[in-house]
Amino acid sequence: MAVTGGLLLLFVTAHMVGNLKFFFGAEEFDGYAAWLRTIGAPALHHEWFLWIQRTGLLLCVLLHIGTATSLAVRARRARPVRYRHRPAVQGSYAARTMRWGGVIVALFVVYHLLDLTVGVLNPHGEHGEVHANVVADFAPERWYVTLFYALAVIVLGFHVQHGLRSAFQSLGRGDARTLDLVATGYAVALVVGFLAVPVAVLVGVGS
Amino acid sequence: MKLTLRVWRQKGPEDKGRMVTYEVDDLSPDMSFLEMLDVLNERLALKGEEPIAFDHDCREGICGMCSLVINGTPHGPERATTTCQLHLRKFKDGEVVDIEPWRARPFPVIKDLVVDRSAFDKIIEAGGYISAPTGSAPDAHAVPVPKPDADRAFEAAECIGCGACVAACPNGSAMLFTAAKVTHLGLLPQGQPERDSRVVDMVATHDDLGFGGCTNTGECTVACPKGIPLDTIARLNHDYLKAGGKR
Amino acid sequence: MHIDESFYGSGEPIADTKAPAGPIEERWSERKFAVKLVNPANKRKKTVIIVGTGLAGGSAGATLAELGYKVVQFCYQDSPRRAHSIAAQGGINAAKNYRNDGDSVHRLFYDTVKGGDFRSRESNVHRLAEISRQIIDQCVAQGVPFAREYGGLLDNRSFGGAQVSRTFYARGQTGQQLLLGAYQALMRQVDAGNVELHPRHEMLDLIMEDGRARGVVVRNLVTGEVRSHTADAVVLATGGYGNVYFLSTNAMGSNVTAAWRAHRRGALFANPCYTQIHPTCIPVSGDHQSKLTLMSESLRNDGRVWVPVKAGDDRRPADIPEDERDYYLERIYPAFGNLVPRDIASRAAKNVCDEGRGVGPGGLGVYLDFAGAIERLGRDAVAAKYGNLFEMYERITGENPYEQPMRIYPAVHYTMGGLWVDYDLESTVPGLFVIGEANFSDHGANRLGASALMQGLADGYFVLPQTIGDYLARNPVGAVPAETVTAAEAEVQERIERLLSIDGDRTVDSFHRELGAIMWEYCGMERTEEGLRKALELIPALREEFWRRVRVPGSGDDLNQSLEKAGRVADFFELAELMCVDALHRTESCGGHFRAESQDEDGEAARDDANFSYVGAWEWTGPGERPILHKEDLAFEYVTPSQRSYK
Repeated sequence: MAVTGGLLLLFVTAHMVGNLKFFFGAEEFDGYAAWLRTIGAPALHHEWFLWIQRTGLLLCVLLHIGTATSLAVRARRARPVRYRHRPAVQGSYAARTMRWGGVIVALFVVYHLLDLTVGVLNPHGEHGEVHANVVADFAPERWYVTLFYALAVIVLGFHVQHGLRSAFQSLGRGDARTLDLVATGYAVALVVGFLAVPVAVLVGVGS
Repeated sequence: MKLTLRVWRQKGPEDKGRMVTYEVDDLSPDMSFLEMLDVLNERLALKGEEPIAFDHDCREGICGMCSLVINGTPHGPERATTTCQLHLRKFKDGEVVDIEPWRARPFPVIKDLVVDRSAFDKIIEAGGYISAPTGSAPDAHAVPVPKPDADRAFEAAECIGCGACVAACPNGSAMLFTAAKVTHLGLLPQGQPERDSRVVDMVATHDDLGFGGCTNTGECTVACPKGIPLDTIARLNHDYLKAGGKR
Repeated sequence: MHIDESFYGSGEPIADTKAPAGPIEERWSERKFAVKLVNPANKRKKTVIIVGTGLAGGSAGATLAELGYKVVQFCYQDSPRRAHSIAAQGGINAAKNYRNDGDSVHRLFYDTVKGGDFRSRESNVHRLAEISRQIIDQCVAQGVPFAREYGGLLDNRSFGGAQVSRTFYARGQTGQQLLLGAYQALMRQVDAGNVELHPRHEMLDLIMEDGRARGVVVRNLVTGEVRSHTADAVVLATGGYGNVYFLSTNAMGSNVTAAWRAHRRGALFANPCYTQIHPTCIPVSGDHQSKLTLMSESLRNDGRVWVPVKAGDDRRPADIPEDERDYYLERIYPAFGNLVPRDIASRAAKNVCDEGRGVGPGGLGVYLDFAGAIERLGRDAVAAKYGNLFEMYERITGENPYEQPMRIYPAVHYTMGGLWVDYDLESTVPGLFVIGEANFSDHGANRLGASALMQGLADGYFVLPQTIGDYLARNPVGAVPAETVTAAEAEVQERIERLLSIDGDRTVDSFHRELGAIMWEYCGMERTEEGLRKALELIPALREEFWRRVRVPGSGDDLNQSLEKAGRVADFFELAELMCVDALHRTESCGGHFRAESQDEDGEAARDDANFSYVGAWEWTGPGERPILHKEDLAFEYVTPSQRSYK
């Protein structure tokens, strides 16, 4: 859980940082997207790196979901009779929403891929015109998409907050208070970074 | 004062069990929660009904025998307090109070609110000790122990083995209980020779017994009447990974 | 001297024949050398039953199993870790002299004999003091997290008025940590297959064969099954009987049944009237009260005890001016003040309450005031020292001791009496050994603070494992005949059915409360001939009513907590009678036994060494029959009896 989560988080972080290129204009953003396809060249053929990365990510996601499912199954088995009086959440809210949060993030990823990678759900939907795709996507009249995106990113933030904290704990590191601070700080940075682009489009910056 | 209790009644391990409502009046706010159940049981006995079975012994918060999930919270609403030390002044007159047993597969219900917690003994059996047969000990001052280590070991050793951590954990995990012992013994020089085998064997037994996996939700430490800190689990994981690496 | 023998009979004197005679420092070594050893290959074939898993039972089970014996062990709790030793707060004494303050084995020996008011055996106490040092070594090796200093060495404190710092402690949870050490050692042996553990089992009878203890009948508290187990020897480690008073600091389940069943089978019961009443408990708050909570004696180091000068003064404590307060301990005992020993502090509290000057509900309480300490040391310093105790007090009473004085009152805490044992800890029934609080041996008429843990562990780790070997080596036994076993089981079953069939109109608890009230009133902190005689009328009458009117709901075929309690209370009735007989016959005051007729001009306990320098060991003759007294004379070769004075 901790290892696959960590790898996924590395990707998500790089993705967020890459997104910020949006603010340097269409040319640079599209150029960045094109560059992603040439990483490793000339040793690697065009897009090979991307596919290697995609395979790795998919593996991580599957393993991550697999482990999560087995933990959830174990948890269910460990408590065959549930409490009649549903316990209030006393520990961390983020921790208690990991499973549903994970499912929401997974669904969002599917949509997100169809939208901005494959392009079938994108109103512009042209390969290579990433900047335009993004601008079209978060246009003010499509506010519900932006809202869904924002919600998903916030859920991801929660997921990362507990995930990061929990990963350190699982790897046997650190004291609780420091971990809390680090994890919360990281999650907030991630959320802010991801929200910067759609909010910018919504208010008309960069388009 | 008066309370409406909804209590889990279950005749035996095979019975399905159900919540039964009791109105209990004429209570004093100075009563402890268990004394309130005593009063109810006295009344039930005189009416010819079977009293509610519940575990309790020292009634001063140290033996770990009392349990009860009260309104969804193990040991009730007051933090760092066992059920036996909880008093009715923490409840409102006329309040409805739900009382259920610890819920976990490795803690099967024996009757009403009484569960079998021998799984905890099994975890200790697996390695929660230092092998020091009687008579083999060197002088107590032969090995100094740095005070911070001794203090932290003591904090972890305060665990009373009540099982509230399991009852509170959404995964039904006993990792806090296991980690408390691993931490206590692992911090002391005397505990080093068996440090690796201890954590590996205890965790394996924990999993075999059917406890759930830990996802670090932190519910356990909030419910723990002794406030065993969550970072004991980090220590356990650290020792576990290290021990695994050596194997 | 007037002794009315109508309420008891006199039997042959008894003597401890196992302690060697030589110089006291060499007796234990000599005894250990004299014991016959069991061949290591034969140990596996010897089975020992141990009842109880507290400090004494847990440590004995672990040690005997380590030696190679087969151990079968029982406890009524759901885990051995819950035995009531776990609740001991203060600490454990050991003559380590780590402080270089003049402590020694001999001084601990001397203090314990004196503290016991010269009613204990010198040989036993000396052995206890010797072993005290090994106990600390053993516990540290097991990982008991004792308090330490910055240099990494063990910390000590002075406790219970001792002049030297010899008490080792783990915050206020020393009993817990020591018990967990013994429990872990025991569980290691369970895992190794050397100990067969039966939690949630209660011993209901002793199986005798050919005059020897050969097994026990137990009831599985979960399934109700009554079954017997046989062995080569039986060890009782079943704790004290303070719950005969209903309200005490004991755990709710603590009971005398195992010891009492053994007594009925022939084991003499020694000094049953010696009861320790602890001065600093939280007072009773109402009729619903089920148990009393002890607060560490250390509170008396900084708190001042007082009551209003005027009887019936019901002003709030803050409204009572300084000159209308009576700091009675400081007034009566200027030298020791608030730190006088437990029995004296307890009785003084009772006296002021009897004068109508008690505070709180029912007038049964005195103030323990920290206002002075808070002013002198600051609130933070007081919180650092006593914070957890203050929290506990507030949790139970709802009152904040930083703002208003605590209320305290004495409560039954420990029983020095118990089954009679010799130097080998063997009772008068061959093959029946008794260890820990369940025996009578080391504390005389009064136990010093931090000595109970020491005795329990000394018995279990170091004494019994040596001495029981001698018995096992010398007494090879065959199988117990099946009819003996079935007869014992049938008797137990019949008693259970009898309790269930009465179907009367009073609950078990109502009888227990009433019995406790009688005992507290007439056989509590202060005993008189008149009161004890009255108790001896009331108790048999109540016992008779119990067997006629008690109502035990449910059946015997599953977990039935009312049935468990009923069996225990039935035995408490018989014990209570014996306690009153013992208290009535002992017309002197000593330690935890204060006879109003025997006090000096200042109201202090007056011992009568000429007539009572003996252990009173009682023989059972039948329910309601006169018990028979056997005396074991006490000889003092090393410590000369003197009257205690704390003025």
